[in-house]
Amino acid sequence: MSVSTPPVKKPTGASARTPRAAGERRDGRPRRGVEPSRILLVALLTVAALYFLLPVYWLLVASTKSSADLFGSFGLWFSDPQWLHNLSQVFSYDDGVFWNWTWNSLLYAGIGGALATLLACAAGYALAVYRFRGRETVFKAVLAGVLLPSTALALPLYLLFSEVGLANTYWAVLIPSMVSPFGVYLCRIYAEAAVPVEMLEAARVDGAGEWRIFGTLVLRTMTPALVTVFLFQFVGIWNNYFLPLVMLSDDRKYPITLGLTTWQSAADRTPELYQLTIGGAFLSILPLAAAMLVLQRFWRSGLTQGSVKG
Amino acid sequence: MSTAISRTKNRTEKPTPGGRRSARPDRAAWGFVLPFVALFLFTFVLPLGYAVYQSLLKPVRSGSLGLGPATVGFAGLDNYSLALQQSAFLESFARVLLFGIVQIPVMLLLATALALALDTLSHRWAGVLRAAYFLPYGVPGVIASILWGFLYVPGVSPIVDLLGRIGLAPDFLGYDSVLWSIANIVIWEFAGYNMLVIVAQLKAIPQELHEAARIDGASAWQTALRIKLPLARPALVLTGVFSIIGTLQLFAEPLVIKPLTSTVTSSYTPNLSAYNEAFANNNIYLAAAESVILALVASVLSFGFLSLVNRRKGRDAR
Repeated sequence: MSVSTPPVKKPTGASARTPRAAGERRDGRPRRGVEPSRILLVALLTVAALYFLLPVYWLLVASTKSSADLFGSFGLWFSDPQWLHNLSQVFSYDDGVFWNWTWNSLLYAGIGGALATLLACAAGYALAVYRFRGRETVFKAVLAGVLLPSTALALPLYLLFSEVGLANTYWAVLIPSMVSPFGVYLCRIYAEAAVPVEMLEAARVDGAGEWRIFGTLVLRTMTPALVTVFLFQFVGIWNNYFLPLVMLSDDRKYPITLGLTTWQSAADRTPELYQLTIGGAFLSILPLAAAMLVLQRFWRSGLTQGSVKG
Repeated sequence: MSTAISRTKNRTEKPTPGGRRSARPDRAAWGFVLPFVALFLFTFVLPLGYAVYQSLLKPVRSGSLGLGPATVGFAGLDNYSLALQQSAFLESFARVLLFGIVQIPVMLLLATALALALDTLSHRWAGVLRAAYFLPYGVPGVIASILWGFLYVPGVSPIVDLLGRIGLAPDFLGYDSVLWSIANIVIWEFAGYNMLVIVAQLKAIPQELHEAARIDGASAWQTALRIKLPLARPALVLTGVFSIIGTLQLFAEPLVIKPLTSTVTSSYTPNLSAYNEAFANNNIYLAAAESVILALVASVLSFGFLSLVNRRKGRDAR
C-alpha cells in the first residue's frame, strides 16, 4: 500500500550516521544531541505513527457525525458533533442488543481467557517440572496445536458440535476458547526458567502435596506468564470472528464483532445502520485499546520469555 | 514442526529441572496435564478426525428420478478430487500465496525497521510511539476491516477525497488493487504486534555487546544490522511462522470488504470457499474436505518454513 511504504525503509536508512567522534562518547553513552539525521528519524517515525492512528482518529470523528454529515462532510474534521445522541442510539437500537453483544464478548473473553490460562499453566508447569510417561507426546501435540490454523478447525468443530447438540449455545464459543496450546508452550518455557527446584523440594520436605504446592507457590511465581497468556487469549477471543460466525445463529448470543458485521451488512437497506456501525465500532475498541496502552509495558516483559527461546 | 522447535529448545534447556522426581510423578503430572489434554482432544483432535470422516461421505439420492429421501453414502476421495478440480478453490490458494509472499515480508520489514529505530530513541519518545504502533492490535480484525472499508469507499473516505483534490483518482477496490487493500488492513493490524515481539527480543541483548560494538567504532547503523538484527532472529522466525499461519486463514477481512466491491468473490480465500460450501451450498462434505486440505497445506508450509530456517541456522553455525 502506498500509505505504508514510506516508513518501511527510511527510518533505518536515516539512522545511518557517520561513526561518532571520540569526544562524543564520554560516559559510554551516545549523546542525544540534535542531529539532522535524528530529526529525520523522529519525523519518519511520526509519519508511521500517523499511519497507525489515522483510522482510529477517523473513527472518533465519524462517530460524532449525523448520517448526512458522514457522507457529506470532510472525513477528518468534525461537523455538528452529536456524540451523545449517536451513542445512545447505539445502545437503544433493537431493544439494546448492543448491550447483549458487549456482555457476551466480556463473558467469552473473560471466562474463556481465565480458564484457558489456568489449564495452560497447569499443563505447562507439569511439562516443565515432571518427567512422566507420555510427556513427549503431549508436548508434540501442543506444538502441532500451535501450528494448526484455528479457523481451519472452526468448521470441523461446528460439524462436531452440531452433531452433539452444542451448536448455537454459549458453550460452542466458550469450550474452544478454553484451549490455548501456545499458552501451554509459553508456560512451559517460563516454568523451566522461573520455578526453582529448591523451592519445590523444600515444600515437599515440609509435607506439602503437589496440588498445594501448585496452588500456593507455583501460581504466584508464574504470575507474569499468567498475565501474558491471559492477555493473549483475551484479545484472541475478543477479536475472534470465524468461530462465533459458524457456531451461533441466535443474535442475542453474538459477540460484538459478529453483531457489528450484521449491522454493517444490513446498512444497504437501513442506512441509519451506517452510523450505528461506526458508533458501535468506536465503543467496542475503547476497552481493549485502553487495556492495551496500560498493559503493554507488562506484556512486553512477559513476552520476552516466549520470544527469546521461540 | 515439532522437531524443529524442540530442537532449538533442547539446546537452551537447563539441566537442573530435568532430573526431578517425586514419589509418584506420573500420577501428579497427569493430574495437572489432564484437563488441558482432555479439552485439546475434544476441540482439536476429535473435530479433525470427524472432518476427515465427513470428507469421505456424500449424499446419495434414492428413487428413480433422484427425488427420494437423501441418504449418506461413502464417497472415497471424491470430495477431494472435486475440491481440487474447482478452479476457484485452487485460485484461492494461489491468491493467498501471492498475498503472503508480498504482505509478510513488507510487514516484517516494517516491524523490524520500527523496532530497530525505536531502540535508538530516548525512552520517553519510544514509549509514546510504541504505544501508537501497537494500538491497532487491540482492534478486532472485522472492526479494522469495517474501518478501512469506509476509508476505501469513494464518497465517505477522506483519503480518496484528499487525493481527488490533487487530481488523483485511486481505486482501492478495483480488480487489481483490492488484494493489496486487504494486505494493508492486515499490515495495519499486526505490524505493531510483531514489532513488540522484536523489541522484546532486542531488550534481551546484553548491554555489553552494545558497549563492545561502540568501542570497536561501529556506527548505529552497523550495530543495528550486524549485531541487533542477527540476534533478533528467533523473534523473526516466530513472527514469520505466525504470519504464514495467519495468511492462510485469511477470512474476516475479505468477507467484510466483499459487499463493497464485486471483485471479491465468495471463494476469494480457501477459508471463504469452505465457509461458502458449508453454509451457502449446504455441502458440508465438500466443505470438510476443503478444511482438511487447508489444515494440511498450513502444516506443510509452517513446518517447511521452520525446517528451512533451522537448516540454514545449522549451516551458519558450522
